[in-house]
Amino acid sequence: MKMLTFANRNAKEILRDPLNLCFGIGFPVVLILLLSAIQASIPVSLFEIERLAPGIAVFGGSFMTLFSATIISKDRQSSLLQRLYTTPLRPIDFILGYTLPMLPIAIAQSVICYAVAIILGLKLSVNLLYAIAFTVPIAVFFVALGLLFGSVLNDKQVGGICGALLTNLSAWLSGTWFDLQLVGGAFKDIAYALPFVHAVEMERAVVVGNFLAAIPHLWWVLGYATIALVAAVLLFLRQMKRQ
Amino acid sequence: MEAIKIENLTKKYKDVVAVDGLCLTVFGGELFALLGVNGAGKTTTIKMLSCLTAPTSGDAFLMGYSVSKQAASVKSLIAVSPQETAVAPALTVQENLRLMCGVHGIGGDKQNAKIKELTNSLGLEGVINRKAGKLSGGYKRRLSIAMALISEPKILFLDEPTLGLDVLARSELWDIVRSLKGKITIILTTHYMEEAEALADRIGIMGEGKLLVVGAAQEIKDAAHAESLEQAFVTIVKGGVK
Repeated sequence: MKMLTFANRNAKEILRDPLNLCFGIGFPVVLILLLSAIQASIPVSLFEIERLAPGIAVFGGSFMTLFSATIISKDRQSSLLQRLYTTPLRPIDFILGYTLPMLPIAIAQSVICYAVAIILGLKLSVNLLYAIAFTVPIAVFFVALGLLFGSVLNDKQVGGICGALLTNLSAWLSGTWFDLQLVGGAFKDIAYALPFVHAVEMERAVVVGNFLAAIPHLWWVLGYATIALVAAVLLFLRQMKRQ
Repeated sequence: MEAIKIENLTKKYKDVVAVDGLCLTVFGGELFALLGVNGAGKTTTIKMLSCLTAPTSGDAFLMGYSVSKQAASVKSLIAVSPQETAVAPALTVQENLRLMCGVHGIGGDKQNAKIKELTNSLGLEGVINRKAGKLSGGYKRRLSIAMALISEPKILFLDEPTLGLDVLARSELWDIVRSLKGKITIILTTHYMEEAEALADRIGIMGEGKLLVVGAAQEIKDAAHAESLEQAFVTIVKGGVK
């Protein structure tokens, strides 16, 4: 009950910010529309909707890091967290209260992303429901990163690190915009050592119903999500203690 | 009745001693003001008393409960209105109060009654549906105090409650604080001498982490042979009174 009250507040705080809605929902949709329009005008297969939509669904998830890190960072700076630390809320209530509201937002975002993709020609199938379900561990990873960055950075730093650096990293190293095999070398090795390309390839495999091909990538995503979550909890508890 | 008993409370950050062997007793219903320059240790003292930071040594007992060993019991007795306004900016005044009710487990009719009572007593009726982030500084402070009072605390910590307010807003907030006197124990930190003199039953002056003097405003002025509390403060902090 106490945790849900806090989680409800966090959801309201995020959803009432028009910039969040613009970037979280609007930007990925604009990207799908724009890149699909480009695809329609070029003779080569660069942004086919079956490969583009999963990539954009993952890229959209990176905004969850920005949202969660911003709210935590602002709550620290405004001393709202300090006030709440003197209430009966427990550490687990804070962690769940910041994490849980982000998951339905992330799911809604991927639903919108795939809905737009269907309008643009993506085949409607039950696999899309699985694809949406598979975005949950990806969302957990991005939200955990938000908890981590929000615990150590101020809101200006969050804007730079999560708003600019992470969104670019998750875009360039995901294989959404270009084939990583074509670049090859260290760039490809680094990309495959990080979770972004695995998240995209997992989603692509699920969209076409190739679940066996999705499993190895799922382990990468789950591994990174677990590491990020553990690190986030430790850093959040550390800043709580430092109050 | 002793509401707060502080025994040799000390806080060290690496080589810096933020609070140095603080000993003090505050009585039930008393409004006690802590004065001091920046870095004197006021906010660290409040953070230790409200279980936000652990003492390096010593202890404090709030209504008999130790801040070191019985934090949960202490937290059930206290409320804090921090230096910053500490409100949820995208939530309305009413939603902020409901948030505090929720985290304290106050629901149903009691929640509605509590919100009505506090909005009336703190003059927040006219802005109850306004977002907290859009309120003036004075209303944000009122909301901050209302949020602290939701849990009906026995002890209230007000950390520089009128910082940055204009004269009128400050005067209105003083009236609110005066209305609480005698009902709950209040620890108030402030930079404003006139605020401490107007509101406090007793004043403690801190310097370099130590409590330099404690007494009623007049007693402090007499001890420093000063005509005003400000003169007395300067004399004491500069080491003119032992």
